[in-house]
Amino acid sequence: MTTPRTLFEKIWDSHLVAPESASAPAILYIDLQLLHEVTSPQAFDELRARGLTVRRPDRVVATLDHSTPTLPPDADGRRPYASVEAEQQVATLERNAREFGLELHGWGSAHRGIVHVIGPELGVTQPGMTIVCGDSHTSTHGAFGALAFGIGTTEVGHVLATQCLLQRKPRTLAIHVEGELRPGVGAKDLILHVIGRIGVNGGTGHVVEYRGSTIEALSMEERMTVCNMSIEAGARAGLIAPDETTFAWLKGRERAPQGADWDRAVERWRTLRSDDGARYDAEVRIDAAAIEPSITYGTHPGMVAPLAAKVPAAANAQEQRALDYMQLEAGRPLAGTPVDIVFVGSCTNSRLPDLREAASLLRGRRIADGLRMLVVPGSEQVKLDAEREGLHDVFRAAGAEWREPGCSMCLGMNGDIGKPGQLIVSTSNRNFEGRQGPGVRTVLASPLVAAATALAGRIADPRDFAAQEAA
Amino acid sequence: MKPLVKLHSRTVVLPFENIDTDRIVPARFLTTTERSGLGRALFHDWRYREDGSENPDFALNRPEAKGAGILVAGRNFGCGSSREHAPWALADYGIRAVLSSEIADIFRSNALKNGVLAVVVSEAEHRWLLDHPGIELAVDVAAGTIELPDGGHIRFELDAFARQCLLDGVDQLGFLLRHAEAIAAFEQAREAA
Repeated sequence: MTTPRTLFEKIWDSHLVAPESASAPAILYIDLQLLHEVTSPQAFDELRARGLTVRRPDRVVATLDHSTPTLPPDADGRRPYASVEAEQQVATLERNAREFGLELHGWGSAHRGIVHVIGPELGVTQPGMTIVCGDSHTSTHGAFGALAFGIGTTEVGHVLATQCLLQRKPRTLAIHVEGELRPGVGAKDLILHVIGRIGVNGGTGHVVEYRGSTIEALSMEERMTVCNMSIEAGARAGLIAPDETTFAWLKGRERAPQGADWDRAVERWRTLRSDDGARYDAEVRIDAAAIEPSITYGTHPGMVAPLAAKVPAAANAQEQRALDYMQLEAGRPLAGTPVDIVFVGSCTNSRLPDLREAASLLRGRRIADGLRMLVVPGSEQVKLDAEREGLHDVFRAAGAEWREPGCSMCLGMNGDIGKPGQLIVSTSNRNFEGRQGPGVRTVLASPLVAAATALAGRIADPRDFAAQEAA
Repeated sequence: MKPLVKLHSRTVVLPFENIDTDRIVPARFLTTTERSGLGRALFHDWRYREDGSENPDFALNRPEAKGAGILVAGRNFGCGSSREHAPWALADYGIRAVLSSEIADIFRSNALKNGVLAVVVSEAEHRWLLDHPGIELAVDVAAGTIELPDGGHIRFELDAFARQCLLDGVDQLGFLLRHAEAIAAFEQAREAA
């Protein structure tokens, strides 16, 4: 009888070109590399300097997302880039993709968008694969049962040249979530709760597998939200075993297997589950019923609390520093804090169901006077789908800005930033100091909380609006 | 990459926990298409005030910290994004070693590929290093030791392969390229299956 293996071990074992030894890491085969303009230019320079080519152009998909403006081109077709450098960086990827013969979803492609939105959307993200990208939120693709993780630019070059990476085998952490989520509680609240529980370094050195009835009941978009933020707990990858939900979501996607190939693929994918009795290096158990709508109140995603709570007391000088930066006082309620900007978007929460969720509260209402709200769809496809449903009209009628797809205000590389001191309630993934502009304060939240906050002009509980509607 | 065999340098201390990659290099500096020249962006929003002048209170700007090549940082240094711009900026500025009680995975991997030694020391040793900024250390990569001013030693763990790459000043790509046949065989076996 074979030793029971975890899902991670099954994927790891099936991609070993050479196992690790004391003197050298394992050589791990990579099925798919995703590229964007920010972390790839120096990798292509390295290839040129060494006279190398891309080993498997068919296993590379590139797009433009980080440095791209989210305002449309002007009458002369000029795009409002934040800087000459940003424009050159985009042009550099366009040039590199041409020179090395790579698939680029650039301007004009119906599939341009945030790299972690378009991979699944195209169906190039598939169960059992190894997927890398020069981007820490590559963990998103783990929602499909793929081993997906972020790498640096040097490694981007390694994969371009050899389709392989040198890796030490990470440890495994199982996070079991059991039970039903309460009304008004979603995937974002769940993952924020998890990070609050295990800490921003709780997953360091580990690949997380999310398991249990709560996880199984999540939609694919919700699973992507959960896996996306694995890195915020320090874990490089998050995994969820593929199931009927996964297969139904992928079926018929442009690049998913078709016909008899599909049936064979699904048969193979069904084996991608941790065996009974498989051992993890660490395990955590979470009761779904205990999770409340949650937001961050500090300067890392582990400083998280229920929306209805008071600002927790600082446990140490570091936390006090964070509270001072956030201009929050321990013991005061989090709800009611005045907000300047609301951002709905990012690889965490920019997919169609996220936009529907935000729109459900905004429909027929106006956002608060003086508040600015940006809604940035994750991809051209999401934008098109949302517009077909009229969501753009809902957002615009409510007073929000409906933008072009991209990473936008999540990291503010494209000039979508706040002013020093402003408070942004954001559906993105990082509330680091200055992440959304120097001196800007960030509160991470779900699309529902973001929408409620936009209406109130203050941090607000979506359940209050739902109750009002029912009354 | 520049070999790193031995390093004699003073330390500069940033005691804060969870210093993230946005702190190390803010995103607006990531539009570069080069590896070099990022030293000016290092810890930018801590190092400079809004008017662009140096913030004299920031540890790296103090006269005694000039030329320090070893950074002692609070726990979980380098968390956040995968931007290799973080170690590029450190190396360009002149920091060749980062010591902490915990270092984020991707940052550590990126640092070691750029001749920046990123290693973990014990909690007690970390605490002591945090409490003694500006001391002279002698790092010996081959031996895996850090010599303290009093002659005492701190030992650190380092993956054997990463150690050899640092000592030789070579990156890992050459090693991978030498396995081209094994990679081709792997691809063929999979496609046949």
